Amino acid sequence: MEADGRRGFALLDGSRLITESCVRAGADAYVGYPITPASLIYSYASRRFPVILPAPDEITALQWMAGLASTGRLPVTATSFPGLALMVESINMAYMMELPMLIVLVQRLGPSTGTATAGAQDDLRFVHGIISGGYPVPTFCIGDTEDCWRLPPVALRTAVELRTPVVLLTSKEMVMTERSFELSELGDIDRVERERYDGAGPYIPYAAGDAEAPRFLSIGDDEHQVRMTASTHDSLGILRHSTEDALANTRRLSAKVKAKTPALYDLEEKEGADTLIVTYGITAGAAQEAVEILGEEGIAASLLVARTLVPIPDDYFRIVDRYDRVVFAEENLQGQFASILFGEQQPDGVRIVGDIGHMVTPEQIAREVSA
Amino acid sequence: MSEFLVTSDFPYCKGCGHHLVARNTVRALEALGRDPQDVVLVTDIGCHGIVDRNFATHTVHGLHGRSVALAGGIAMGLPEGKEVIVFIGDGGATIGLQHLLEGARLNVDLTVVVHNNMLYGMTGGQPSGLTPCGFRTVITTEGSPYPPHNLCQLVHDAGAPYARRLLGLGDFSEELQEALEVEGFALVEVLELCPSHGLKMNPDLRLREMADEVGYEPGVWRGEERRALRPRSEGKRPSLLSADQIGRTEVEYSAGLEGRLSLVLGGSAGEGAQRAAELFAQAAMASGLHATKKGSYPVTVGVGFSTAEVIVSHRPILYHGIPRCDAAIITSEDGLEHNRERIQTMSQGSVWLDKSLEVPETRAEVRVRDFRDHAGPRNAAIYSLLTFVDETGVIPTAAMLAAVKESSIGEYVPSGLLEAFE
Repeated sequence: MEADGRRGFALLDGSRLITESCVRAGADAYVGYPITPASLIYSYASRRFPVILPAPDEITALQWMAGLASTGRLPVTATSFPGLALMVESINMAYMMELPMLIVLVQRLGPSTGTATAGAQDDLRFVHGIISGGYPVPTFCIGDTEDCWRLPPVALRTAVELRTPVVLLTSKEMVMTERSFELSELGDIDRVERERYDGAGPYIPYAAGDAEAPRFLSIGDDEHQVRMTASTHDSLGILRHSTEDALANTRRLSAKVKAKTPALYDLEEKEGADTLIVTYGITAGAAQEAVEILGEEGIAASLLVARTLVPIPDDYFRIVDRYDRVVFAEENLQGQFASILFGEQQPDGVRIVGDIGHMVTPEQIAREVSA
Repeated sequence: MSEFLVTSDFPYCKGCGHHLVARNTVRALEALGRDPQDVVLVTDIGCHGIVDRNFATHTVHGLHGRSVALAGGIAMGLPEGKEVIVFIGDGGATIGLQHLLEGARLNVDLTVVVHNNMLYGMTGGQPSGLTPCGFRTVITTEGSPYPPHNLCQLVHDAGAPYARRLLGLGDFSEELQEALEVEGFALVEVLELCPSHGLKMNPDLRLREMADEVGYEPGVWRGEERRALRPRSEGKRPSLLSADQIGRTEVEYSAGLEGRLSLVLGGSAGEGAQRAAELFAQAAMASGLHATKKGSYPVTVGVGFSTAEVIVSHRPILYHGIPRCDAAIITSEDGLEHNRERIQTMSQGSVWLDKSLEVPETRAEVRVRDFRDHAGPRNAAIYSLLTFVDETGVIPTAAMLAAVKESSIGEYVPSGLLEAFE
């Protein structure tokens, strides 16, 4: 039990749990480039991952991760907006080549370099549109301390099973704030195993059903030739202009993610509530406290905490439709989540609570609900 | 046909030097007796990059300028004995120049073949960072006024064990073979003339004369032989949750606090405010409370303010921001400056100030105490929290004393300071 460590009351930060959880789930290489507020994860990773590689910049970090993933490793990095911006083309490459990896995105206040040491929820729309063509990159969001433990394995499993980069979205306030936590609340973590192609060959690297990921075989395999391509390509991995086979392959990238990304969320519906609070990430705690405050005032409000943010689960629309009023709470000024769901013009009954430079408070949310 | 090729029908323009690079690479691999399954060809964006389909080796077609970094990841992921070759053009080599320098510095196990036709062929013949001075392109019709990089010299200076520049004429498979046999990073720069753009703009030019004229001299740059970079496997490492990595707190006391307390501790960098706040949080946990702790400090962590925010509560703390604090404890001028606005807007609660500090306007109750002179700057934070705990009784003083004594800084706190609270 001692070696396993899941016992006792400890003061710890989210970075520690995320790192430990990744390794237990089978992530085996961490490629690091430091950036506040993600550097704590790099620091823990350097003490925990079986392989740790310090990259000279974020573009190299993503390229190394892609190279490592093509040989069968399961790499992880953590960054913040400025680093992610440099990684974008390489993430598109990994998406097209269908290489699994995990990018932990620790949000900080933007725009630009903004404030490195202030938290935020500034990057959902960026992540939502990160692939040219609008293809979805599975994106999960940490809503509480337990999620720091529970979500990395989900993200890594999704990365492996769908053969895709996955984003785990969080914020400075989640990964750097220390909290008292009862470690025995942490559940077991199953290791993610990578299945490999074991047919007689020839291996067709991008052969797969319409909404499936192809069977994986490592570059450098001793028996079969393996090809990977970042450009539009056919099932053989050969660059093609726009043949039907190649375009079908590109269509599949979106179809597999939409069909197979797990829809994770918490829904707490209160009897008689006509208002639903929708939130994610660091604002989830404030929203829960807002529900308690409202309850004490005799106002019932339901709460949806979204954990899968891309692709948007259909359930969210069905849940939102059941309420006359919906209050979106997130730490930015643009109402990013609401605008992804509804576009720039919010329907009647949709309200947005946001802020920058400070966490959204329970009182701000409660005020909007009772307004 | 060679076992390294699926088809020898290369997709290049007639007269393009890329044909020779492909053929000589195949010859070199054959001469070395390599198995196609042991070779990975990583290509970049550019005319050379569409050669993948000809090769029977593993092939990876990446982004413009990034093939060296991508191949680096592949080389680090593969077992020894595999050959990773990068085909890149002069455009790719300059857009990703840093990757070449890093590959050389780290001695990544790659053989990089630069197809240097001195312009961007695929996009219409614009000049690159390797276009020599005087060379005419569609953009520099009077001849490029800019000097080119000396790529071989650059990677040599960055630590490459081997770099060679050669004219892309005839059989240069032996030179490629030599590069392939190098342990670690080897670069071969093959000079070519693009028949569609280079020769069109410079019709009288011959490769050999041009190389002489512009100072693109063939040659070899030999560097220090070193072990190629292989990622070291650290093996099984201790859990970040093990007791020696992170301490456990037993609940041994009972808190006097009712409900929830938000506390801000403001001091100066290097004076232990963050550690002291952690110890307060742990003492609160030992008193049966939930706790959160976060820090705020300038990016230059060694100077200026250091503010810690702690919440302790009987109920789980879901929202851990502190828009209004119940207590502000300030031990230094930096700490006061950083928290002045917060203190000024406090309408209740208490402010605990070192006696050296000017008292700011506030509606909170102000308690002036001697923290710095009495305890010294290094212990003022710990001492101020002990004072706060002792006077308010939010948690037992004994819990805070025990947290200090059992911590790694316990032995550095003068016993006289602690005894006053025993």
